[in-house]
Amino acid sequence: MSRHRSGAPAALLVPALIGLAFLVLPLLGLVIRAPWSRLGALLADPGVLTALRLSLITATVATALCVLFGVPLAWLLAQPGLPGRSLLRALVTVPLVLPPVVGGVALLLVLGRRGLLGGWLDRAFGVTLPFTPAAVVLAEAFVALPFLVLSVEGALRAADRRYEEAAATLGAGRWTVFRRVTLPLVAPGVLAGAVLAWARALGEFGATITFAGSFPGRTQTMPIAVYLALETNPEAAVALSLVLLAVSVVTLACLRDRWVTRV
Amino acid sequence: MKRVIATLSAAALLVAGCGGSSTGGAMENAAARKVTGQVVVFAAASLKESFTRIGTEFEAAHPGTTVTFNFGASSTLARNITQGAPADVFAAASPATMKTVTSAGEADGEPAVFVRNQLQIVVPRGNPAKVTGLADFARADLKIALCAKQVPCGAAAERAFAAAGVVPKPDTFEQDVKATLTKVVLGEVDAALVYRTDVRAAGDKVIGVDFPEAAKAINDYPIVALKSAPNAAAAGAFVAFVQSAKGQATLAKAGFAAP
Amino acid sequence: MKLDAHLVVRRERFTLDAELTVGAGEVVALLGPNGAGKTTALRAAAGLTRLDAGEVRLGGELLDGPGTWTPPERRPVGVVFQDYLLFPHLSALENVAFGLRCGGASRAEARRAASALLRRIGVGELADVKPRRLSGGQAQRVALARALAVDPRLLLLDEPLSALDAQTRPTVRSELRRHLAEFAGCALLVSHDPLDAMVLADRLVVIEDGTVVQSGTPAEVARRPRTPYVARLVGLNLLRGIADGHQVAVGHGTVVAAEPASGDVFVAFRPAAVAVYRGRPDGSPRNVWPGAVTGIEPYGDAYRVQVSGAVPVTADVSAAAVAELGLAGGQPVWVAVKAAEVEVYPA
Repeated sequence: MSRHRSGAPAALLVPALIGLAFLVLPLLGLVIRAPWSRLGALLADPGVLTALRLSLITATVATALCVLFGVPLAWLLAQPGLPGRSLLRALVTVPLVLPPVVGGVALLLVLGRRGLLGGWLDRAFGVTLPFTPAAVVLAEAFVALPFLVLSVEGALRAADRRYEEAAATLGAGRWTVFRRVTLPLVAPGVLAGAVLAWARALGEFGATITFAGSFPGRTQTMPIAVYLALETNPEAAVALSLVLLAVSVVTLACLRDRWVTRV
Repeated sequence: MKRVIATLSAAALLVAGCGGSSTGGAMENAAARKVTGQVVVFAAASLKESFTRIGTEFEAAHPGTTVTFNFGASSTLARNITQGAPADVFAAASPATMKTVTSAGEADGEPAVFVRNQLQIVVPRGNPAKVTGLADFARADLKIALCAKQVPCGAAAERAFAAAGVVPKPDTFEQDVKATLTKVVLGEVDAALVYRTDVRAAGDKVIGVDFPEAAKAINDYPIVALKSAPNAAAAGAFVAFVQSAKGQATLAKAGFAAP
Repeated sequence: MKLDAHLVVRRERFTLDAELTVGAGEVVALLGPNGAGKTTALRAAAGLTRLDAGEVRLGGELLDGPGTWTPPERRPVGVVFQDYLLFPHLSALENVAFGLRCGGASRAEARRAASALLRRIGVGELADVKPRRLSGGQAQRVALARALAVDPRLLLLDEPLSALDAQTRPTVRSELRRHLAEFAGCALLVSHDPLDAMVLADRLVVIEDGTVVQSGTPAEVARRPRTPYVARLVGLNLLRGIADGHQVAVGHGTVVAAEPASGDVFVAFRPAAVAVYRGRPDGSPRNVWPGAVTGIEPYGDAYRVQVSGAVPVTADVSAAAVAELGLAGGQPVWVAVKAAEVEVYPA
């Protein structure tokens, strides 16, 4: 807000502050009601560190997968004159509106031991996916991919196509144009999408527990650990939630504003 | 004034219930005429099929009532009740989970054990891994599902394994017994430990395998009407019905053992 | 290494149908009003727009034609875009080296050649600067260097000076003229500014509504415009009529010319050659017409006066004269033009 105006209009400021309060108060509640005196003992449990490490690793790997497959998919969606684009985009958005548990069930039906593809994998290679960390990564990637694809597609569409034309006149083939001109120009969009995807993957519960199950050290991520702790030891649940909250906030705060907004 | 009457009737019914089923019948008939409206019952996941049937029978016996169920892990339901979820009756799969509710002062009187449940090994149709007893649960080559220790079925499983001296190698700890059973039905795991009643409910989709140590890990299922029940009269009537001859017959048919 | 093109591109509002030839070392400017199709023509030559009919032939090689289309990345062309389109994430040096790297040069080679080129163009010290920090004139030079780096046989420039402010323009224009003179290939530039076109080009091609209406050296076009648009551009009065000896019948009046002619002709004379009188003048001019003032506009340090009548003309009148004559809209006046000032040429 510039010094010249008298201030933001109340009609905007008030709802903004209410929205902020709505988001921040539950987090504050978590911090205020945390069992600070017993925090050390609660968190010393080796299971906590295991769950945290598993969550961080699987979320990062899932995000990497999302970037690897999501950026080309976003490029495809952004191509002008693509036939059936609305349908394609609707399909990509489905995991966003699907309840995560339903996503987990769907993954089981396809990649489970008796699933459409999973059955073949088991018979041909003896490979089963459920109950492995790989299953956790797949479940997380499934729910996080739409975030990345839609974010990158938006950035690609907003990008100036004329730079690609300029590159073509300089002798760059389509792949070179994508690699050396398009991608660097949408890098902030890719990063923003990756951050969203990572955050979503970190917090995923329903699809993970349905498809990958829950086993400490292998498939029991932080959100699952929190849910189970809530059954018998609510204090431990709060402590674990606090850890997850802290990790998320620190990671997001470290992302400098200028890396994520447009050049 | 209404609450006082409700509380007194509930107390009377409970006394009748504790005293045995013989006097319960007469009390029931007297109460039947006053019971109406919706009854919300929170019950352990393993009670799903039997309680649903009991619900229909209760509605037939008390025209004008509707029984609504919320099935889930006993520990989750107990937590919901202590956090204020509106319910009339709570039926848990273990005394431990019932304790969560009673120590929070939510129970209306003392809980009564109305059935007992025994664990049984469950395997997918055809028993592809040729599982014969608890010892197979230590095989690393099998995919095994168990209930998480925090839920009653998991706690019972722990007791059974301890009694058998077997160290299981599970691949997943599920949050409630139905989720555990589903993994078997889908063929994702080779064996799991669930209640006999769940095995019976799954019909021919699965096969149940008995094991001797099951007798060492029996779960008592307590039931109680809740203090802040919106429909206290019906709550008490339902609790009584579950303990009546008719209710007990339905439960026995599902595989539960008498208390 | 000539450019021979017959460009036919169908658009919603008009169809571009123009034949262009540019010789090696020659600079041709496409001039025309906005929306005439100049940029479309340029893009078609570059391969950024496909032809609907016709062909593009460079040095005998068919780049675009029936059954053939060479994509822009395989054409030996270099383009300087109107907004320069320097890649924002690369420094000036990397921008210039870009085309060389695409051509297969190693990183070191490309950087060396790019650096040399930047120095030749006169912006060597800007090598490590990012485009957003460059001034308009600097960016234009870097864009030119980038286009020249790929050693093109055809250089295309889209309004190369229009983004510059009035102060930097003249300097950059004369520099560009020098670089274009040194360039051995064909150069085709697009402009809507006649001065830029006349300074930079060896030949002008005027396009209006998708067709070529006039083509010739700047001197020819400036002296003998063939459409009202061109006449406006070069600042001449233009009329069209039938000549019979020294007399030319135009509209409702007659113009007397110094040279005889016959048939369908254009008549052109400078506004500065038109004198304005309050009453009918007495004197040598053979061309004297009555009319009324329809507009007065400042023009440099004088005024441009529009006069309607049997022969509508534009006259340049000094400020003092405007004041003396008390010229105002609607006022009846007489205008006179010496026959010697009138240029007559076949239409």
